[in-house]
Amino acid sequence: MTHTVLVTGVSRHIGARVASVLAADPDISRVIGVDTVPPPSLTRDGGISLGRTEFVRVDLRSPDIAQVIAAADIDTVVHMSLVSAPSRTTGRALMKEHNVIGAMQLLGACQRSATVRRVVVRSTTAVYGSSPRDPAVFTEDLEPHDGPVHGYAKDAAEVEGYVRGFARRRPDITVSLLRFANFMGPGVDSPLTRYFTQPVLPTVFGFDPRLQFVHEDDAVEVLRRMATEDHPGTFNVAGAGVLLLSQCARRAGRASMPLLAPAFRMLGDAARRAGLVDYSPEQVRLMSHGRVVDCSRLEAELGWKPKFTTGAAFDDFLRSRRLRPLGGARR
Amino acid sequence: MSVPDHEEARVVPITAAPSYDQSDRPDPLAEALAFLRRRITGDYEVDEFGYDAELTDKVMLELIRPLYRHWFRVETVELKNVPADGGALVVANHSGTLPVDALMMQVALHDEAGRPLRLLGADLVYQLPVLGHLSRKTGHTLACPEDADRLLRKGELVGVFPEGFKGVGKPYSERYKLQRFGRGGFVASAIRAGVPIVPTAVVGAEEIYPKIGDLPTLARLLGLPYLPITPFFPLLGPLGLVPLPSKWMIEFGEPIRTDEYDASAADDPMVVFELTDHVREVIQQMLNELRLRRGHAFPPFL
Repeated sequence: MTHTVLVTGVSRHIGARVASVLAADPDISRVIGVDTVPPPSLTRDGGISLGRTEFVRVDLRSPDIAQVIAAADIDTVVHMSLVSAPSRTTGRALMKEHNVIGAMQLLGACQRSATVRRVVVRSTTAVYGSSPRDPAVFTEDLEPHDGPVHGYAKDAAEVEGYVRGFARRRPDITVSLLRFANFMGPGVDSPLTRYFTQPVLPTVFGFDPRLQFVHEDDAVEVLRRMATEDHPGTFNVAGAGVLLLSQCARRAGRASMPLLAPAFRMLGDAARRAGLVDYSPEQVRLMSHGRVVDCSRLEAELGWKPKFTTGAAFDDFLRSRRLRPLGGARR
Repeated sequence: MSVPDHEEARVVPITAAPSYDQSDRPDPLAEALAFLRRRITGDYEVDEFGYDAELTDKVMLELIRPLYRHWFRVETVELKNVPADGGALVVANHSGTLPVDALMMQVALHDEAGRPLRLLGADLVYQLPVLGHLSRKTGHTLACPEDADRLLRKGELVGVFPEGFKGVGKPYSERYKLQRFGRGGFVASAIRAGVPIVPTAVVGAEEIYPKIGDLPTLARLLGLPYLPITPFFPLLGPLGLVPLPSKWMIEFGEPIRTDEYDASAADDPMVVFELTDHVREVIQQMLNELRLRRGHAFPPFL
């Protein structure tokens, strides 16, 4: 059977890697990559080779995406286009539109399509929020006490709502919803990776959150499997084990600066306004209470475990940025 | 001729002795340095609940141990009732205004039964700075069915105080009278996991901060469940926070099996309530007997 795969968000690192892996698969006849901006040039910006991926520049918020899906007889859709931080120039409103309206347009197009058989949507473990009143480890079925009310996490929670509605209306389509922990690895550029490369890490006084990461290689492998095999359902994706924020700072050889929670929030707001770092209220809560998810459902479904543990993924990131603990490398 | 023989006989044991023992018992200084190195470089493991076993064993318990040994002179009874391995639920009475009894139980089970205790705590603890993360690092987590089930499935020894704030914050006049045992969620968890319940009685904690009054308005203002008045607090200020050196005894009762129940019994309120009442009665009985056995709370003086 020939496959034609549509990948959204190919101008971003993970999206580009997924597209190139799928393009290298001989069972897939065509890979079409879409995004609102063209992918970074290979030589100048260190972009990823997309292989034989055909790039189409589409504004996801417009109904144009439906034409792309109809014209190319697409059978698998991998939706990776979820913006995690507002751009400095365009702000939060555009980010929300991109995330939520973009997903609605795409799902609407898939619902109309007679060829689409499989939809894979990237989400985030941030939909669980971070709260002192929730269990230490989240499983997929758990309803969080305090769901997200801001930013990226709220967008993702809304997108998930539309995905569930879509799965109900088109039960013949295999829908996989993947909740990823924070990406970590040499190529990842996220608010969190930027945070760890600061010389001094502001932390919330009296709190030491548990963090979990997924290595970019493992994330790409999970998405490749989901795009080429049928695995319906919602799955958490994270590396085994946890790291405490204090442990991360020590491994990175960075000094931490504990601030009382209100001061931390103020500093975060100031830094965001100055365009230095992107802090959101969600991140402040993550930095206080942390978040850990259970991945046994994914491991049982795929019969596979992420190759990098949370610790190994973080160490790989540190190696790529030449960050070392005090007194040299760890054994 | 006899002189070299003597010399040889003396030399052999001296050269043989030290070098072999070295590998078995490393230099304490080297060990301390290796520990410091691991801490500074972040090269240690914490589990998914945030439990830092190394920090707990090498620092936290070391700090609490003098209190356990010399201040409260804790004595344990019937330790054989604590399962040597596998999941089990230790259910105990709660008292003392501040949850010092939780720490003493942890030392008792660590030192004398060789098992780390994973306590289930109130959500208030996890909202507070410092206390919340120290609690996670020493192996405790939020009292909710998900966490309890998860720990028991992993074969951990889980501790719970079903009386909660009602127990720890009760006035001195009600000492050693068990309060209501919540909704019996702990029993449901034990049934789901099929693990035994170990009823436990702690005698001595009631006398450490005798609560003779309460400041409810101020407590509400600070978001606390109660603000105690003891004979020395707030009268003596911070000095009033020194616990009175009462004599403690901790008894572990015969395990109550739950593996005879079907897992679906956890959803049957009648079964859960009955078993909850049974556990409560057993602990009250143990408390009454253990209190008589201990005698005076402050032996040399009273």
